Amino acid sequence: MRRAVALAAALRFCLGAGSACAADAAPVTEVAPGIFVREGVDEDVTAANGDAIANIGFIVGAAAVAVIDPGGSLEDGESLRAAVLAHTDLPIRYVVMTHGHPDHVFGGIAFESDHPVFIGHVRLPAMLSDRGTFYRHRLAAALGRERVGDFVMPTILIEDRAELDLGGRILELQAHGVAHTDGDLTVLDRKTQVLWAGDLLFVRRVPSLDGSLTGWLTELAGMKALPATQAVPGHGPPLVPWPDAAADEERYLTTLGSEIRELLAKAGDIETAVATIGQGEHDKWRLFDDYNGRNVTVAFKQLEWE
Amino acid sequence: MKRIILAVGLGILALGPARAEEDDAVREARWQDLRHAIFGDRKIEDGAGVIALDAPPRALDAATVPVTITLPGPDRIKSVYLTIDANPSPLAGTFHFGPAADTHELRTRVRVDAYTLMHAVAETEDGRLFAAERFIKASGGCSAPGSKDPALALQRLGQMKLKRVGEASADTLQLLISHPNYNGMQMDQVTRNYTPARFVQDIKVTRGDALVFDLESDISLSEDPAITFGLAGKTAVPLTVEVHDSAAAAFKQDFDVPGQGS
Repeated sequence: MRRAVALAAALRFCLGAGSACAADAAPVTEVAPGIFVREGVDEDVTAANGDAIANIGFIVGAAAVAVIDPGGSLEDGESLRAAVLAHTDLPIRYVVMTHGHPDHVFGGIAFESDHPVFIGHVRLPAMLSDRGTFYRHRLAAALGRERVGDFVMPTILIEDRAELDLGGRILELQAHGVAHTDGDLTVLDRKTQVLWAGDLLFVRRVPSLDGSLTGWLTELAGMKALPATQAVPGHGPPLVPWPDAAADEERYLTTLGSEIRELLAKAGDIETAVATIGQGEHDKWRLFDDYNGRNVTVAFKQLEWE
Repeated sequence: MKRIILAVGLGILALGPARAEEDDAVREARWQDLRHAIFGDRKIEDGAGVIALDAPPRALDAATVPVTITLPGPDRIKSVYLTIDANPSPLAGTFHFGPAADTHELRTRVRVDAYTLMHAVAETEDGRLFAAERFIKASGGCSAPGSKDPALALQRLGQMKLKRVGEASADTLQLLISHPNYNGMQMDQVTRNYTPARFVQDIKVTRGDALVFDLESDISLSEDPAITFGLAGKTAVPLTVEVHDSAAAAFKQDFDVPGQGS
């Protein structure tokens, strides 16, 4: 049965004469029982990749489905939705938004017809209010207006912790302090001990800092103590061992911090910081040159107030 | 006076947003409009040898673009004007120097909203104007990403730091002011209102009765404005920093000059 549905999706099932074909189903991997991940490419948004650059996916329980990060654009969300429909007939009851960056949440609009509960960090609405319009314009400039829908605001906000019951499957949601962004949410699947880390975990692709360097290291330390054995990073392979896979990111962030503090102690300025800090990490990450200078700028501006 | 200038500036930009693909002629025309709005018909000379403007050719973070202005010449400089031509409020800052300033170098950090020319114009004591020009690729520094941590920004509002930077031999100081410098350009999707602007309008540094500099600033300065400046002569007299923002808040702090006095 499941195979038949999946086959139909692969063939682009059409809804009837004259109607538009549904989107191609995103290629997802079942990384653990009932946990499906679409691996994003390690690129910035382009017209060719359609902003399918983040790891997104869904978790299936006995009674319902939770989408975790609906994707980077209307189109990306539609293809994830097609993948859900290809794998289960259960209702999509929840769409969890791990944070406010467009590559993770601009696909939310594709799920509106399922009337799910959109779940986010208590400070996610403020971030989307501040930046959502800007993000939409930037996405539209890259993809074309018709491929980018409006962004969706969360309808349930998490201030600390919450549990979602998908039917015989409990997801533990945790809201974090300022780290990757001001509004990071993680999901722990109790049954498989898989931690859906969102962009609190980058593997292979250089982390991008849009929150607090020290806060991120604090949250990472807390996450390492969770009862999880594997993790779904926001960028990188669809499943990695936990907490071992946090080592590279932790080393990168710690290196930025110690090198910047050393420079500040020598009365160095932000221009010097951008040119020199973190360069020993250059060959260890994809997109390093696109993000390291900005990370240093953000971290420097934080640490110069210590 | 300053508000009138800015209003004229905004009028110019109402012609349309700057685009990456606009050509040199458009950029030059924008500068001509802007310079007339600020300086009227006064002659502006080539700044070579008098003023230089340095900034990264492509901004890493458009909300925090470091800018360095050097003034190597022997002439006494009265004021420096910094424009980011295609920004919504193009006159980013006007520095007026007093007798306690060493005017050879200034640094600050600005927001850059589009690919744009930037200009630094020096006004000498005898009233001559000299301009330096620079092209920078950046976008979204004004309309996007505000504070990384809004709660912290409010909690720290008005705090200041003064530190010595650069070579130990030079009297170069950096003033940091914690202020979100909200530019009022982010729209709330629920109310369709813009977040109210709240930005630093004036930063005045004095040493005793002597002025170091008085900076009239605007929304184009980065969050947590940072000014690096030089101090003339060595003395143990402390510095006083006074900051006023557009919400009529005032912040004042005295500093012993790092490395001098106590």
